[in-house]
Amino acid sequence: MSEPVALKLTAKDFKSDQEVRWCPGCGDYAILAAVQGFMPELNIPRENVVFISGIGCSSRFPYYMNTYGMHSIHGRAPAIATGLSVTRPDLSVWVVTGDGDALSIGGNHLIHALRRNVNLKILLFNNRIYGLTKGQYSPTSEIGKITKSTPVGSADAPFNPLSLALGAEATFVARTIDSDRKHLQSVLRAAAEHQGSAFVEIYQNCNIFNDGAFDPIKEPATRDDFLIRLEHGQPITFGKDGQFCVVHPPGGFGLEVRETAGTPAEEIVVHDATVTDPAYAFALSRLPGLDLRNTPIGVFRSVTRSSYDSVVQEQVAAAKASVDQTPEQQLAGLLSAGDTWTIL
Amino acid sequence: MTKQIRQLDRVVIRFAGDSGDGMQLTGDRFTSETAQLGNDISTLPNFPAEIRAPAGTLPGVSSFQVHFADYDILTPGDAPNVLVAMNPAALKANLTDLPRGADIIVNTDEFTRRNLAKVGYTTSPLEDDSLAGYVVHPVALTSMTVGALAEHEVSKKDAERAKNMFALGLLSWMYSRPYESTLRFLERKFAARPELVAANVAAFRAGWNFGETTEDFSVRYEVKPAKMLPGTYRNITGNAALSLGLVAAGVRSGLPVFLGAYPITPASDILHELSKHKKFGVVTMQAEDEIAAVGAALGASYGGSLGITTTSGPGVALKSETISLAVALELPLVIVDVQRAGPSTGMPTKTEQADLNMALYGRHGEAPVAVIAPKSPADCFHAALEAARIALTYRTPVLLLSDNYVANGSEPWLLPDVESLPDLRVEFATRANGEDGTTFLPYLRDPETLARPWAIPGTPGLEHRIGGLEKADKTGDISYDPANHDFMVRTRAARIETIPVPDVEVEDPDGDARVLVLGWGSTYGPIGAACRGLRQRGLSVAQAHLRHLAPMPANLGEVLRSYDRVVIPEMNLGQLAHVIRAKYLVDAIGYNQVRGLPFTAAELETMLEEVLKNV
Repeated sequence: MSEPVALKLTAKDFKSDQEVRWCPGCGDYAILAAVQGFMPELNIPRENVVFISGIGCSSRFPYYMNTYGMHSIHGRAPAIATGLSVTRPDLSVWVVTGDGDALSIGGNHLIHALRRNVNLKILLFNNRIYGLTKGQYSPTSEIGKITKSTPVGSADAPFNPLSLALGAEATFVARTIDSDRKHLQSVLRAAAEHQGSAFVEIYQNCNIFNDGAFDPIKEPATRDDFLIRLEHGQPITFGKDGQFCVVHPPGGFGLEVRETAGTPAEEIVVHDATVTDPAYAFALSRLPGLDLRNTPIGVFRSVTRSSYDSVVQEQVAAAKASVDQTPEQQLAGLLSAGDTWTIL
Repeated sequence: MTKQIRQLDRVVIRFAGDSGDGMQLTGDRFTSETAQLGNDISTLPNFPAEIRAPAGTLPGVSSFQVHFADYDILTPGDAPNVLVAMNPAALKANLTDLPRGADIIVNTDEFTRRNLAKVGYTTSPLEDDSLAGYVVHPVALTSMTVGALAEHEVSKKDAERAKNMFALGLLSWMYSRPYESTLRFLERKFAARPELVAANVAAFRAGWNFGETTEDFSVRYEVKPAKMLPGTYRNITGNAALSLGLVAAGVRSGLPVFLGAYPITPASDILHELSKHKKFGVVTMQAEDEIAAVGAALGASYGGSLGITTTSGPGVALKSETISLAVALELPLVIVDVQRAGPSTGMPTKTEQADLNMALYGRHGEAPVAVIAPKSPADCFHAALEAARIALTYRTPVLLLSDNYVANGSEPWLLPDVESLPDLRVEFATRANGEDGTTFLPYLRDPETLARPWAIPGTPGLEHRIGGLEKADKTGDISYDPANHDFMVRTRAARIETIPVPDVEVEDPDGDARVLVLGWGSTYGPIGAACRGLRQRGLSVAQAHLRHLAPMPANLGEVLRSYDRVVIPEMNLGQLAHVIRAKYLVDAIGYNQVRGLPFTAAELETMLEEVLKNV
């Protein structure tokens, strides 16, 4: 393979001519800037990048990227992107979605894209509210949430998006935060390198309808004690002074947070994103409490499995390799297959 | 013993048995033998939705009807001349369709007290006088088959299962069919188990020899070959022909074919067939649901494939929102609806034409699409190519309305020369189309076709965004401008309305008909046969048949207005008639039936005769 030519693209090359129209202060601005800033790193020509979205505030995203893009219909972006990705393995296909789009109306397509391991990078902007329809609770809103459609509090329990993705056996699962540009870009980088479905949950602040939803993990006063920054190969300790750690209690199924002092070093879990069994990453996804204490961010899981696209393309390539006729000759043979008779 | 040989011009045989008795295969083989002989053929299977209803019960009866003749025929026949009934349930379920004087061949081994009781016979119809008006041939099919295979190394069960080959052998003898293709077929089918090849061939021969020697069958029949256009033929079902048409569309367009589908009766066979053709670059995806199936097809079209989705009515309903998106995106998409009796699950294995309204109007907003319908099994091939042609040329969704009757029925198909098939090559956009020479305008239209450029991802310099939001003319930017929306809605309507489609042709051999019968889709055969019947009796009637339902042929209004009466038979409550009345202000009368069954030529003939009397 020849050395790739450096394209020398910049963030500006990925900005479209459309005026960005999210509410002032929306977390989407930061994500857009981070993505535009990261894209040149991929060294992929703009014409080979496609952003596909559904419906919702986040789904306006493709209009602002100077790549190919489709703003489709509510919940269906993973299905549309699957058809594109499987027929065009030469493209880098990204799906931008939100908590309502991906987990409510489009839940079925999301889990099946992940199950198939379609070569898609799926960015789920989770603000735990319906923004575009002006403030109803979403499938990630906390139980008891008071909104326009739930004046005395919602009665249904939320999804944990990462647990859901891991239940679908997604091969790459990560979480990051809109306001932490460096971390966001590091997760995008890992996602882009992954072959197959990469699922990235991005905590995103809706300053109009659910402001401050993620404050405990953003505010300097609490941030360090609440956030678990996962790093592959490193023992999982966190807190301002590293005073907390994650252990696997003997006899238990999940993981637990303990104080580092008094925990033997060998009992502290060393993060391994490549564990084949999704149960480990699932246990990580269950650590956060309702108050966002013990929220891991980073790459939870990154394992290797053939992508749907590659298997389908291999089947087609193998079938094509077995013929030495022109398509017209093949077609003539196909039409006259089976029992035929001739009338003179 | 010398048997009398009698010449017939046409015969209708119905093979009926339990769904496990292999009646579809038996009918299929008889059809193939008949095709080899050069008769014209039309077939119709009829099977239960249940995979294996309890053995010996009425819901478990499966049948296959074949009509063959020494002239060109249009339908599988109104009523059988011969019924092969493998058990009491098959007899009871089919007897009402049989005209007096018909032959009934029954498998007497199955007429046990228990089997008779299962279907409510208190006495055996073979022993009372309930079959007095018919010519009954009692044959111990099962025990004779088992007896014939006594020396064979097969289990009793396998021996019993070969009874359908005994029946086929007997019928092949009765109608002087060439059987070499059946012997070859058995060798292929049981290639892995030579003992089953030998047993089935022996059962077939035993049935043949039984006909030759028994006195019960004193007459043997011949049906001479039909005069058909020269060329090579094969017998084909609508679903198979439609699949081949889609493969051909891929070859003739040079585009990869992508099928997104979710299994649904009676469309699944198209998914099965296309899944076999990967060497043509055909990619099939069994999606998680109907919505994903059409979504993936649209995504593939966006990337430069010929995107197709196949389904039945309930699936089209689910796909409706995505079809509207395709209307807004102005991308090619072929949606195949193999109609079945609705609403809801309805009768999944029975036929109906009641999705026309949904095809024409079943979307939100003003969302016009092109709609076409095949008229016969073999015509499904050409209809599929035509659907692809319109979709690719005019960058629009096209709904193809097949139905269970044409999908599962079969007829001889004159194989086309590949080079004679339409050239479907398309040009993707490759460069800027703006006046400044650098801007790309994704909604700048071809003045001829009103199609926008198909600029696929991967094309440098043409990066652009499209979506479901209303777009400004030319630039494709989001627009809420009132005048622009009005313009775009009207343009999308004009895009479909101005697609040139061939004029509708009128068949009026006498030239003086005052009544026109207008049909669409699968009613072509029964309407045509009814018109022939009337003409043979000296009555004049004209027939016209619509392939294109949206847009309609330009000459249709003029044609309709040149007759005193227009009659529209449909397997729905008058959906086309409603459109015709509204669009052309013609006082068309409907003839409507929704019994899950195709029209018979006889009932249409009777109805039309009444109409003729009253003009």
